[in-house]
Amino acid sequence: MLNWVLFLPLLGALGLTVVPAHRNDLTRGLTLAVMGVQFVLAAWLYGQFQAATGALQFETRIPWIPQWGVYYHVGLDGLNLLLVLLTAFLGPLVVAGAFSAITTGVRLFYAMVLVLQFAMVGTFLAQDLFLFYVFWEAMLIPMFLIIGIWGGERRLYATFKFVLYTAFGSILMLAAVIYIAYTVYTATGVPSFAIADLYRGGWSLEVQSLLLAAFALSFAVKVPMVPLHTWLPDAHVEAPTAGSVILAGVLLKMGTYGFLKLGLPMFPEAALLFRPVLMTLAVVSIIYGALLALVQEDIKKIVAYSSISHLGYVMLGLVSYDLMGIQGGIIQMVSHGLISGGLFLMVGMIYERCHSRDLAHYGGLARLLPGYAVFFMLLTLASVGLPSTSGFTGEFLALLGAFNAGWAELPHATWPLALAATAVLGVVLGALYMLRLAGRLLFGPARAPHLPLAGLSRREGAILTALVAAIFLIGLAPGPMLEKTEASALEIQSILNAARPAGGTP
Amino acid sequence: MTDFVAITPELFLLTMACVVLIVDAFLPEAYRAVTYQLALMTLVITGGLTVALYPAEPQVVFHGAAVVDGMGSVLKAFIAGIAFFAFTYSKDYLRERNVFKGEYYVLGLFAVLGMMIMVSAHSLLTIYLGLELLSLCLYAMVAMHRDSADASEAAMKYFVLGALASGMLLYGISMIYGGTGTVDLGEIAAVVASGDIVDDTVLVFGLVFLVVGLAFKLGAVPFHMWLPDVYHGAPTAVTLFIGSAPKMAAFAMVMRVLVDGLEGLQADWQAMLVILSILSMAVGNVIAIAQTNLKRMFAYSTIAHVGFLILGVLSGTEAGYAASMFYAIVYAIMSLGGFGMIVLLSRGGFEADRLEDFKGLNERSPWFAFIMMVFLFSMAGVPPFVGFWAKWSVLREVVAADMVWLAVVAVVFSIIGAFYYLRVVKLMYFDKPEDASPITAGGDLQAAVSINGLAVLGLGLFPGALLTLCVAALAAS
Repeated sequence: MLNWVLFLPLLGALGLTVVPAHRNDLTRGLTLAVMGVQFVLAAWLYGQFQAATGALQFETRIPWIPQWGVYYHVGLDGLNLLLVLLTAFLGPLVVAGAFSAITTGVRLFYAMVLVLQFAMVGTFLAQDLFLFYVFWEAMLIPMFLIIGIWGGERRLYATFKFVLYTAFGSILMLAAVIYIAYTVYTATGVPSFAIADLYRGGWSLEVQSLLLAAFALSFAVKVPMVPLHTWLPDAHVEAPTAGSVILAGVLLKMGTYGFLKLGLPMFPEAALLFRPVLMTLAVVSIIYGALLALVQEDIKKIVAYSSISHLGYVMLGLVSYDLMGIQGGIIQMVSHGLISGGLFLMVGMIYERCHSRDLAHYGGLARLLPGYAVFFMLLTLASVGLPSTSGFTGEFLALLGAFNAGWAELPHATWPLALAATAVLGVVLGALYMLRLAGRLLFGPARAPHLPLAGLSRREGAILTALVAAIFLIGLAPGPMLEKTEASALEIQSILNAARPAGGTP
Repeated sequence: MTDFVAITPELFLLTMACVVLIVDAFLPEAYRAVTYQLALMTLVITGGLTVALYPAEPQVVFHGAAVVDGMGSVLKAFIAGIAFFAFTYSKDYLRERNVFKGEYYVLGLFAVLGMMIMVSAHSLLTIYLGLELLSLCLYAMVAMHRDSADASEAAMKYFVLGALASGMLLYGISMIYGGTGTVDLGEIAAVVASGDIVDDTVLVFGLVFLVVGLAFKLGAVPFHMWLPDVYHGAPTAVTLFIGSAPKMAAFAMVMRVLVDGLEGLQADWQAMLVILSILSMAVGNVIAIAQTNLKRMFAYSTIAHVGFLILGVLSGTEAGYAASMFYAIVYAIMSLGGFGMIVLLSRGGFEADRLEDFKGLNERSPWFAFIMMVFLFSMAGVPPFVGFWAKWSVLREVVAADMVWLAVVAVVFSIIGAFYYLRVVKLMYFDKPEDASPITAGGDLQAAVSINGLAVLGLGLFPGALLTLCVAALAAS
């Protein structure tokens, strides 16, 4: 069943090749149907997922390239369960959201979206380092085309920047993967890339540090963490709406997921060494991203920079080494995917109507487009972290984790607590820039570059309703999700804590 | 008698090449296609015979002149297969330029024979024989388009430099013969291993000339000067032939000479190959960026790929040789496809070899834009295409040979190389076409290019089988 979830989009993309080129309606319908079925299957898997164990579920493991010990090995655990669900959930919404925006090269566009969906789900599900790398790289090609063909005016600059940054990171990761393959083979005589085996790699601290540096650079570009974030505003602003939503909703999570699944637990001793750096960068990302968002005049850029800030919380939660922090990080990943995905969709909707993203051109949309304003306000509040929305659950847990860790380490070190306290500032800043955006966009004298504005269509309303419902569901009842992630998070935590010197914190 | 059975494929090919030559001479112009079909049939049967006679263990025949072994048989079968595709690609192209003559196919068949002799050589003289047969056919093929000044110049250059390289090779062979008293590769290996030679200066001296000659034929920097001009000047139908199968033969030649014959001097040739490899990757990848002609760009990319190919050989292990063999086969398939695409787009005497000709290909034909993208990404080494596995397999062996720094250098250059492939993808997908006419190539050509593209994709998803084949082939040689 899990394999169906993974391969369905690929089959869909193959199916699109036989649809006649001018039948755009058929292309859209088929893509939406494929994505819809994928979500239903993913939701069913979520329902069947057993919370009690941290072991892999719905596992498939068959040899792919036996002489190198590479297996097609996929499975669900508490770490990737929610992310797969998020990807499958955003899929149909992205497709539906692009119905009116993409009018040229429709078939190629949806084929690329489907291939991208396949690669993203594959990256999350992969339990073999090699498979992970292949999926990770495979994401690059469709994204390159999506930004480059259907993007805005400076799309070429943006897409090349995106590809070069990511490729730079990946190539370092490739070097590390080759080295890992070599050491595992010489140590055991059996080539293996199983991630679970690599948790017990047994490299010396120096080697671990180099390997972690290679992986971390690759992941940090994707997250993105300051100072490797400069590709993100360009890519987001130039990408078509669907591209931005996928980028913000799912692709950025690859980086944080990479840290959680690979970077930290594979090299726990080095991770401990790097932890202050990672934590500092996380807090810097929170604050710096928020400050940058505060001064932008381009609506899309505000949302883009807010992503940097929100992903900072994820990293903060993960490197807190606290159970609540790690789980908070996971929830925050999902929550940010929904919220920023929704915000990008809404920016896209207004752009389609007025062809401007300049904040100065707008005002008083609450009177012009009341329906739009309601949804925008809800998403704004969720982004700010209002209790009862998913934004609150994620950020609160991540911060709580950071504080827990900070208190616990207090006698030895004061910096974790200081960093956690600084991170709280980000919440205030977050409220500032989001309310500035919502205030200028929705209230004040009513104006827009293009009047009159058409109200929200039924399709747009349905997309936004689904998103908002999911946001409130996580905000009001995060219990089941936390339960299902707990066992795996505990396992990762115990691996990380095992590396701490004796006499350290519990 | 068993000696003759072992070389049945070569004998059959020789006979058929002569038959095709005679038949062609008596054919009226309207029936020229018969030559073409006969040539294709010959290649299919030759390939089939090679596979059928796959030896369980190496078999040295004709008093040490030739050997039939796993590596040779696999490479020979692939050479026949790739030549089959090259012939298919060239048919329409030649016809449109009024050079659809029997010569192309006869020369092509003799070239294939030359390659097969090189691949199965077990003596330095046999290698030289095969090499000359191949080279002479290629010189003539390059010059086949008599009215084209570019082609004549390219042929001249190729001939002069090729002759120089052959001279180097012969000079090296004579020194090795002087040092060891034999040209049989097995005996040379035995003499070198025995340690009877106290002062191996003359051997190393000969080795230097041999490596120079091999590097000339492979197109490794600094012996690469002929390659861009020949690739560019030759008719594309010939370029795609030169650029594909002979690389596998050149790889086999390197293996025969350096590994089968002179493995005892590994320390010496390894250092030379390291330099050749780094220079090739650097020069090939960097200069390719500056090219505006796709054939020249592919020529420089060939140089870069040769650098990678050498990496596996210089690691000096059987796994490394298998990785290089994998690389050679994969590269031949990719390069065939890349040039095949140029042939596909050119029509009515118009060459589609400028980068601009690929602008907006996606709007003209989404399917072939996709196929071309597969080739380009594969050459760039992006997973999951097969070019990635080829790079991966050689890098893996380089790391295993404790030369991590070399692997890092290779990775850096391959990232630089990715840029110019990516630029072509950009042209195809992001730019508007200069000429929006649809693709008019014949159905067989379209089908062949599609199969080639799908092969690159399919091998990328399931590289295991070909890898196993390469490893098994080397184990049986």
